Amino acid sequence: MNMNVVEASGLGKRYGRTWALRACTLAVPAGHVAALVGPNGAGKTTLLNLAVGLVTPSAGAVTVLGGRPPGSPAALDGIAFVAQDTPVYKNLSAADMLHLTLNLNRRFDRRYAETRLGELGIPLRRKAGRLSGGQQAQLALTMALARRPKLLVLDEPVAMLDPVARHDFMAIVLMAAADDGVSVLLSSHVLAELERVADYLILLSRGRVQVAGEVDDLLAGHRLLTGPAAEADRYAERPVVHLRRAAAQAHLLVRAGADDPVPPGWEAHPVGLEELALAYLREPGAAALPGPARGRALPAETGEPSEVR
Amino acid sequence: MTALTVPARPEDARLRPVPWRRMAWVTWRQHRIALAGVAALLGALAVYLWVTGLHVHHAYAAVAACHPASSNTCATLTVNFNNANGSTAELIAALLQGAPALIGAFVGAPVLARELETGTFRYAWTQGFGRWRWTLAKLVPLAIAVAAAAGAFSLLLSWYYAPFFADGNQTPLASTVFDLRGVAFAAWTLAAFAIGALAGMLIRRVVPAIAATLAATAGLGLVTGLYLREHYVTALVTSNPNVPGSTMGSNVFVSDPAWILSEQWQTKAGRPVSESALGQVLPAQLGGKGGGIPQSFEVTDYLTRHGYTLWTTYQPASRFWPFQWIEGGWLLALSVLLIAATVWLVRRRAA
Repeated sequence: MNMNVVEASGLGKRYGRTWALRACTLAVPAGHVAALVGPNGAGKTTLLNLAVGLVTPSAGAVTVLGGRPPGSPAALDGIAFVAQDTPVYKNLSAADMLHLTLNLNRRFDRRYAETRLGELGIPLRRKAGRLSGGQQAQLALTMALARRPKLLVLDEPVAMLDPVARHDFMAIVLMAAADDGVSVLLSSHVLAELERVADYLILLSRGRVQVAGEVDDLLAGHRLLTGPAAEADRYAERPVVHLRRAAAQAHLLVRAGADDPVPPGWEAHPVGLEELALAYLREPGAAALPGPARGRALPAETGEPSEVR
Repeated sequence: MTALTVPARPEDARLRPVPWRRMAWVTWRQHRIALAGVAALLGALAVYLWVTGLHVHHAYAAVAACHPASSNTCATLTVNFNNANGSTAELIAALLQGAPALIGAFVGAPVLARELETGTFRYAWTQGFGRWRWTLAKLVPLAIAVAAAAGAFSLLLSWYYAPFFADGNQTPLASTVFDLRGVAFAAWTLAAFAIGALAGMLIRRVVPAIAATLAATAGLGLVTGLYLREHYVTALVTSNPNVPGSTMGSNVFVSDPAWILSEQWQTKAGRPVSESALGQVLPAQLGGKGGGIPQSFEVTDYLTRHGYTLWTTYQPASRFWPFQWIEGGWLLALSVLLIAATVWLVRRRAA
């Protein structure tokens, strides 16, 4: 599994005169549940569509599954994609949808799919269009997983789902990742569940990659400092990502490890993923790419994917 | 950053694509309702044509049995037969002109437009089968199916219309019936399907794609019937007024009349004469001195004896099959081109 499931270099996509994504350079290593996070219009869907070969780049290049062009037979074979709003043929029954997917792919684990739908209480005979939104999403996910992909790409999979359906959906994704070693790349603008789900974070903002890295490294590389508001502007030991003032106190999100010195009068706290993501989203100018500074500068040419801006 | 261009992997080359035959079920399952619609439409029309056709053929048996064919009794029988059955046949022909466009629009246009409109192309085109193969595996069998259904149906049409060509009521090259018989009906259905498929890909919405297909097919049919078809083979020109089927000559009700493109009287000096000028020449008992010239054998006879010549430009009925193959041929080529363009667009499409 020592490969990058998605790798982009200078990748850009333009619609008319608007760039939906530009200068995107990133590498998503295999074996992760990678979350692609960003505000609406950040280019998440565009990036995923480029990765699955539905869209061709206007600039740069993207490869998948260790250097294969998206849309190539090997890429199509190894990647299962569940698009936004989980499109299914509304006039086909769930059983027909399974049979359709079986016919369109080299591998399809029908028994797994039928068992899965049975457990979820989705009637095979029912037309897909008459299933609830959650059931349609589960059907689409089941079809994707039954293809036994190396990489599962999910575009806003839970946006339309209620909390229970959302929880059930993600539970199955995580199980596939843990049990079968499926790499997952999912986009979301729902931050709340990220910490439970993702172990790799890509933060996309205004068509550019702002943060990319393993969640553990990101959390270890950032601290939340709380101290007197008057002294906030004087803090200069470590790069400040975001400054938030609340009455007399200021909260600084800084790129610093647990061992970094804390100025007198300040308290250091570990940071949560949601908090971290929010801080970066509020500061589109800030960047952490990749392998955040663990008391060191940005990685030199170590052979690891990196981008320096 | 690791290199982005990696040489083709040997294990990828061994990757066998999903077999074509697997798409057979997919295409059938997803388009069986449209195909059933075509079968129902053509089936219902076939039953109607069969019933009325039996009646027409029964009535024509009496005309065909009349001897001698040139007698007045037989001519009256023929006229009566045409009066009784001709208008229905023409009405059917006029209505059926629209059938290929309808079939093409309702089967061809949704194939891609529905996927693009509902977003299911994101599912279909990311499966292992591959999207240009998926498109080809849908369009080709559907095209063959609709063309075959139309071809079978036009056999019945040919049978139905046979008496009207045999009795000289109509030339088989007439634009109202030419494209309903032979290979033309199937070819037009095929072309309409291909136009629909491409329109669906370009317009990406079902209803506008259907409307565009109907308009484009009708337009193409109109242009072909009015301007194109008469030029397939250079028309014949003759000074013999007795071209089969010409109302100017004595060969009015002969079988397989020619397609008369134009008729022009000329003076001895070779100058064209207008109808009103001829009206001045004709004696009153032949309808002269005002009004137009009635088209009849007597008029022609009179004018010929007075030194005028009737030049007729026409396509003989014997050219029916060459014309059929020419029209079928270019429509087939057009359809192949349009389907290829559609597949190419799907392959390179940047959403």
